[in-house]
Amino acid sequence: MKITIDRDRCVGAGQCVRAADEVFDQDDLDGCVVLLVSRPSERLSAEVRDAERFCPSGAIEIHDA
Amino acid sequence: MTETEIRPTGASAPAFPKDRTCPFQPPESYAQLRGDAPLTQVRLFDGRMAWMVTGHAEGRALLADPRLSSEWGNPIFPVVVQRTEGRGGLSFPLIGVDDPEHARQRRMLIPSFGVKRMAALRPMIQRDVDGLLDAMLEKGPTADLVSAFALPVPSMAICSLLDVPYGDHDFFEERSRDFVGAATSAEADAAFAQLHQYLHGLVERKRDEPGDGLLDELIAVQLAEGKLDYDELVLMTLVLLVAGHETTVNAIALGALTLLQHPEQLDALRRDPALISQTVEELLRFTSVSDYMVRLAKEDIEVGGETVKAGDAVIVSITLMNRDGKAYEDPDTFDIGRSARHHVGFGHGIHQCLGQNLARAELEIALGTLFARIPDLRLAVPLDEVPIKAGHDAQGPIELPVTW
Repeated sequence: MKITIDRDRCVGAGQCVRAADEVFDQDDLDGCVVLLVSRPSERLSAEVRDAERFCPSGAIEIHDA
Repeated sequence: MTETEIRPTGASAPAFPKDRTCPFQPPESYAQLRGDAPLTQVRLFDGRMAWMVTGHAEGRALLADPRLSSEWGNPIFPVVVQRTEGRGGLSFPLIGVDDPEHARQRRMLIPSFGVKRMAALRPMIQRDVDGLLDAMLEKGPTADLVSAFALPVPSMAICSLLDVPYGDHDFFEERSRDFVGAATSAEADAAFAQLHQYLHGLVERKRDEPGDGLLDELIAVQLAEGKLDYDELVLMTLVLLVAGHETTVNAIALGALTLLQHPEQLDALRRDPALISQTVEELLRFTSVSDYMVRLAKEDIEVGGETVKAGDAVIVSITLMNRDGKAYEDPDTFDIGRSARHHVGFGHGIHQCLGQNLARAELEIALGTLFARIPDLRLAVPLDEVPIKAGHDAQGPIELPVTW
């Protein structure tokens, strides 16, 4: 699983951090999403899928490979 | 947009909105809108046809679709509440504008509403909640839970976050309530004008004597750098202040009421206080304080087997999306054991509630502490005597008489 984020789409709702805080954070200065790990381990995949599903602005994309 | 026309609807289409009978249940007549079709047609007070979106998946897709507009200033933007007719032209920051204007405004605010920033506010919210319950218990054993607790909790929090003097709360709580809930447009407009004037004066004072809140940051940075003009700042503060008051107060009061009416669920929460977070998510799903969102189609959109035409009014029914059987098993059952996290109680898309993590903190602390401190809390009147808001307003009790 590989994750990409589009910070231009981010609206700072924080759903990703709530779903998967080992993978996503929010930048202290601009409040937008920060990707901590772009290829998370299998253990985190369910959380990451929640983060993608709950993101209100479509800023998170998962690429399965 | 010049090609579009407002479509009227047949008199047979059901009128929207209807008032709830039970404070935490959809109006009974909405049952006819809850069939298999994710979109149905309803009639607004002015005879205009609107699409009522009731499907969870379809509603989420539409709320995230940039072809649907939130531009309140558009002369053909749908009017749901008669008293707000003619308010077109005033474009409210954040809630009443589309991107890119919306993104520019929201970006100034999101660092102040982040998950970690809201977590850091928890000790302050806990102190406020403890103090309010101390006062309520001292005056008791009866109280109006709305005025004694549900209202001051979010009011104190948003005042602290913005650095608006809480000492003025009677003034702006009353104006805020009239602005969104007055019976006539004249009263609502007067309340708006007074709030506007108050905030204008506050910004003026803060320019000379800065405080330490979000409003001060906006003055010192965004206003000073010309990224925000003066009127926009005043209106943005007004939106934040009103949004901070008129939503969470209902969620706390309606949440407490819903738990009181489901004693087995309340017992489960008492046995395991760690369930408070998912209890709050289930309450947000089940009660849908923000009953609906209004949008205007800017282009034709194919959705749920229908064509929403450019110029059509769209009502996204948060209440019915949150009760969609395709998204939730036994959707009409209040069950704090379920995972309700994909509810749309805060909306979806770019306008999803900016203050949602503040609201979650307030709800978790307020409801968790309320039932821990007053284990024998109960309604002081029968449920059908609890006065509730009209169908077009944020949903919740106007007063909630309780005893212990």
